[in-house]
Amino acid sequence: MTNKSDLVLDVKNLKTVFFTNSGLFKAVDDVSFTVRRGETLAIVGESGCGKSVTALSLMRLVPDPPGRIVGGSVTLEGTDLLALDEAQMRAVRGNRISMIFQEPMTSLNPVMRIGDQIVEAVRLHRNLSNKEAQNIAVEMLRLVRIPEPARRAREYPHQLSGGMRQRAMIAMALACRPALLIADEPTTALDVTIQAQILALILDLQKELGTGLVLITHDLGVVAQTAQRVIVMYAGRKVEEASVEALFAAPKHPYTRGLMASIPAVPASGVAAPARLNEIPGTVPSLVRLPKGCAFAPRCKLAIKRCEAEYPPLADWGGGHLAACWRAEEVAEVA
Amino acid sequence: MTEALLEVTDLKKHYPVRAGVLRRQVGTVHAVDGVSFAVGVGETLGLVGESGCGKSTVARSVLRLVEPTSGQIRLEGEDITHLSKTALRPHRRSMQIVFQDPFASLNPRMTAGDIVGEPLAVHGLAAGKELEARVARLFEQVGLRPDQMGSFPHQFSGGQRQRICIARALALEPRLIVCDEPVSALDVSIQAQVINLLIDLQRQHGFSYLFIAHDLAVVAHISHRVAVMYLGRIVEIADKDELFRNPRHPYTQALLASVPIANPLAKKLAPLVDGDVPSPVNPPSGCAFHTRCRFAMDRCKTERPALLEAGDGHRVACLLNEGTGRSQ
Repeated sequence: MTNKSDLVLDVKNLKTVFFTNSGLFKAVDDVSFTVRRGETLAIVGESGCGKSVTALSLMRLVPDPPGRIVGGSVTLEGTDLLALDEAQMRAVRGNRISMIFQEPMTSLNPVMRIGDQIVEAVRLHRNLSNKEAQNIAVEMLRLVRIPEPARRAREYPHQLSGGMRQRAMIAMALACRPALLIADEPTTALDVTIQAQILALILDLQKELGTGLVLITHDLGVVAQTAQRVIVMYAGRKVEEASVEALFAAPKHPYTRGLMASIPAVPASGVAAPARLNEIPGTVPSLVRLPKGCAFAPRCKLAIKRCEAEYPPLADWGGGHLAACWRAEEVAEVA
Repeated sequence: MTEALLEVTDLKKHYPVRAGVLRRQVGTVHAVDGVSFAVGVGETLGLVGESGCGKSTVARSVLRLVEPTSGQIRLEGEDITHLSKTALRPHRRSMQIVFQDPFASLNPRMTAGDIVGEPLAVHGLAAGKELEARVARLFEQVGLRPDQMGSFPHQFSGGQRQRICIARALALEPRLIVCDEPVSALDVSIQAQVINLLIDLQRQHGFSYLFIAHDLAVVAHISHRVAVMYLGRIVEIADKDELFRNPRHPYTQALLASVPIANPLAKKLAPLVDGDVPSPVNPPSGCAFHTRCRFAMDRCKTERPALLEAGDGHRVACLLNEGTGRSQ
């Protein structure tokens, strides 16, 4: 597994900032991670934690202005994407690295047939005739298990259901067999039975094609069921990273622990009366006025003086389990 | 169950589908197609289902925000289905609603204090200093500071805005609060805060909730009883524990199996149903779920199963479960 050629994506010290009227804010602050061939890395966090901006930074799609990537490197299959000019990046985007979004209806062109949209993506990167590309489009729609793919290819996005549209998006994203697929909340807009179908599909295809997958989600259930490694983000920074088993068995950061405790679970055997959940007090801080020390300290039960003064370094707690907390050792003891 | 606060009997809401130059009716959306349930005093009934199953239409019909096509709604024993606007007004005080999107349901040009105080003013229950004092108390009850009364909605976070909506709903001391996806727009850590607040308030005031959500885990957490809807009908209703321990309708089973469990060692996600929810314009004949059901038989295509007792207040609409009721 440690074979270097296995490494699809290597992100080092990524920094993305936004210049706004109310000041500069660091949406992504010094975030590093890697993804291997066929591996699923989940990035989890709440709104405003920087998980989507991380994804857009990998794709070099951060709107500039107001945003800008100001530091770090994003190495995809040995090439630093941040060093490419826009034309070179266009040859990579949608080809070696592609992305699917939360809301398929806003990412599909409403006045273009589904098949033609896939053909456009394929012909942009591969020297194929229209006929050949059409065949690939139908083949891709079959691969994502859309019934009657030849007929569906001639339909427009509005004629498809939400689940079908997301399947079409996946078909388009995978048409060029990218090395890395980024899925930003791919099932959040879908009903739970459809979500289960789409997640199963993404995982099957990933196994079949060996694609590296970055899955961005706020849903810890989705993380547990899909990922091998997990990054937890809070206020623009990576606060914890671990294998999925290690993270759920013993979270080291109080924020991760708090998140896990605050999700209601479907009862296996129930409690009679509605029970209160463990809540994390307060709200996510504004990225413009971040505290000097740990951004989670104001909401943290374990916070001490030091937390307010100094940002804790990401330390390895064994087996690649990283956490940025001064009191990580005590987290497990405090309920 | 204790006495019923709200009783809904055979509620139907159909919308005409019009097309063409003459706007002729070409079809009917069966948004709610014969739904019956009751909510007891101090009880929370959870209503779950996927988008388009009619759960929000049920909520709005109960409050008479949409006019039901047929059926009966009884609140505290009185039939309110056909009351005129004026006759309905006193009843409006006993039932309030909290919507999903706290960004869209607050007037951006009113202060938070005015928003919470408006129902009291409209019903002429308080004015001046007294009104202000009552609003301040409501703010404290929902965990907001009274000195925030002069702030405008945009100055609050999503979770705080939902607290304002809850304070507004509490103002008239209602007997029933309809919650339509009250936490789906909120972050996980904030969601827990709002759910806890709703549970605490119910313990203090003893009102009832009709709690609508698509998230089974949230519903499981807050409800005493749960009803599962599919294409405009209730397919299963039971006490929470019973429903989650012993789901009898294939659709409920599929829903439960589709929820990703936050434990990497747990059984992997297994989609038990294929395909999409059919259109409510032309719902499938017989049992509406037969097109996606693993156990569908020939009978399911023609016979529409009734919601029958399957023991202990557990009712199921499935031909497979016919006659399985335990007589106790």
